[in-house]
This record gives sequence, structure tokens and C-alpha cells, in this order.
Amino acid sequence: MTTPARPTTSWPDDIFAHFKRVNIRQVAYVPDAGHTRLIERCIADADIADVVLTTEEEGVALVTGAALGGQRAALLMQSSGVGNCVNMFSLLSGFGVPCLLLVTMRGEFGEFNPWQVPMGSTTEETLRLSGFLTYRVESAEEVDEIVGARCDMAFNGSRPIAILLSQRMIGRKQWVAK
Amino acid sequence: MSAINEGPLLERRGFVRALLVDRGALMVVSGLGSATYDVAAAGDHPLNVYQWGGMGGTMMIGLGLALAQPTRPVVVITGDGDALMGLGSLATIAVQRPANLSIVVLDNGRYGETGMQASHTSGGVDLVGVAAACGFAESRMIDATGDVSGHMSAVRTLLHAGAGPVFVRARISCDEVPRVLPTRDGQAIRLGVERALRAESDASSR
Repeated sequence: MTTPARPTTSWPDDIFAHFKRVNIRQVAYVPDAGHTRLIERCIADADIADVVLTTEEEGVALVTGAALGGQRAALLMQSSGVGNCVNMFSLLSGFGVPCLLLVTMRGEFGEFNPWQVPMGSTTEETLRLSGFLTYRVESAEEVDEIVGARCDMAFNGSRPIAILLSQRMIGRKQWVAK
Repeated sequence: MSAINEGPLLERRGFVRALLVDRGALMVVSGLGSATYDVAAAGDHPLNVYQWGGMGGTMMIGLGLALAQPTRPVVVITGDGDALMGLGSLATIAVQRPANLSIVVLDNGRYGETGMQASHTSGGVDLVGVAAACGFAESRMIDATGDVSGHMSAVRTLLHAGAGPVFVRARISCDEVPRVLPTRDGQAIRLGVERALRAESDASSR
């Protein structure tokens, strides 16, 4: 009997497992297709406050408040949302608080919507200029190791850390019915 | 002039001082500019989180704190400009319904730091109505009408009542008051908050 291959769509569960391991208690997000399963896992967990935002920059301030109050938080967004945050990122270095940011990438691999390309192509540089260490994840098999290591670095070192989940891994958005 | 902008105005320093008397476990997040000076003028405290930047983010810092410290009252004291820049935060906070969080907006209808230009509240935008429509448990206005000290005392009681989220629009005068500048070192503010929370936690577990 052969063991069935691990479905590649389980990567959000790998991220969630690390959220629990490092005791993330607040997760903020603007609804996003790529993060759907991770958001659902967080909503279903009674020990995680799931905070739906009207704009991503609210989440940067929330994460800052959580850290000042002694809780660990994570922030989920799409690459376009990174551009909404730029001035608010100054809170992180100003107070010296950690930020664990998971970005689902758009506008970089087989993108149907050209309006996603300008922000998607500058997301990583924007984050670096804003004081983040950035790491890209190209395949589902890498998620567990990379997210685990970066969670530890964010909270052990009080650093802003961004993990960019590639559009190639997440999959292209289905625009019209097959 | 819009009806929401009629009536006698509060003096900002006296109002903030009245809110923070006998503050107990209350944490305060102050918005950049005059609100930070007002909170500092009421007396420095290790549980004051002074903002000098991140305009539009003050209310959300308060939400993160309130969720992290659910048994402790948290108040955001900020200006109309900061509140307007983060208006969506009122919707986000209302959806979370943190019972321990209050938002107090010191509304002079002006951008004080940049030269007293008119804000949207001068143009008639009703923040009390916005907060109520978002679903705040309590949303009220206070100005210098009637029994002012009684009304201020009632607002102070609300901050500690744990029946939030509470929104208060305080109509204040545009009179310039001397700046009282607390530390601008965010790391020092964070370490002060950490130490104060740890000391309280150690004391309660003894």
C-alpha cells in the first residue's frame, strides 16, 4: 500500500500549527483568497482573537498594541495591502516591537489583472525599506520550515519579519467559470 | 454652522485631568500632537503610551492593548484629525466589541499641529453618529453645557465600567495651551509599560 502524497493545499495548516506553537493570540487580516484557510482556522480557535480590518494599516497598529500589552500577534495581507501600511510601519521600529507579517503575493506569476502588478512588483523592496527582514516561500514543501524559523526570529528578536508566499505556490486566481 | 458644533466648549487640559484622576489600572494611549501633551500634562505614568507618529493608528493600538489586557480598562485619548484618518477603526473596534475599551476624541475641529486648519468635524461630520452607527455600546458628546463637573465625572466612570466599547466626543476650545512634552523614545515607553505590567502581575500573584 502506498501512502498518498501530502496534499499541497495543507500549507495554511502548517502556518497555523506554528501560530499555536509560538502562542499567537491575535490575528489581524483583510479578507484574502490566498489566506482563506488560515483565516478560517484562526476564527475557529477560541484562544485567538481574529480581527477583521477595514484596511491593512489598522493591523500594524493593532499588532503594536498587542505587543505593548504582552501578547503575540500576526498580520495577514495581500501584496497590495503592503502599500497601505507604509507610514504605520514606523510604529514597529519606534516602539521596538515584533511583527510577524504573512503576505500572499499577487502580480508576479501569471497575473490576470494588470492592476496588481505595480504593487506586487515592489512589495518586497517596500518591506525592506520599511525595516522588515523578508523571506520568500516558493513551494508548499518549504512552508513549515521557513515559517517556523521566522516565527522564532520575529519574537525572539523583537523584529519585523515578513514572509512572502509566492503567487506560483498559492495558485492563480480563477477569474471565469471553467 | 452645523447644529453638532453649537454650545459652550470645554478646556482641554482640565477635561483630560478630570478623566485621569484616581486612574487605578487604566492604560492610556494618546494620539500624536496635542492629545499627547494633554495626557502628559495630567501627570506622567508608566501606563501611558504616548504617540508621536503613526497618525490614524491610535485607536487600533488601543484595540490591540484592550484585547491583550481584557481585565484592564484602556482609554484612547486622541484628536479629531487622528480619529478621522483612522475612521475605519471605529468599524473594526465595534465588530470586536471590547468591553474594556473607550475612545475619547478631543474635538476642536482643527488640525492643531499644522496651523489650525479646519477638519471634517468643523464641516459637520458627526463622529458620535458614526460610532453609534458602527455599533459602539455607548456613544456620547460632552461639552461645557450644564453641570460640567458632573458630566465629566460620568465620563470618567464610563472608562472604568467595562460596558464598552465607549465613544466620547469632547468638544474643546481652540485656545492654545503650553506644550508639555513627554519622552519621544518609544523603546523607553515600551519598557516602562512592560515593567509596570510585570510589577502588577507579580504583586497580584504574591
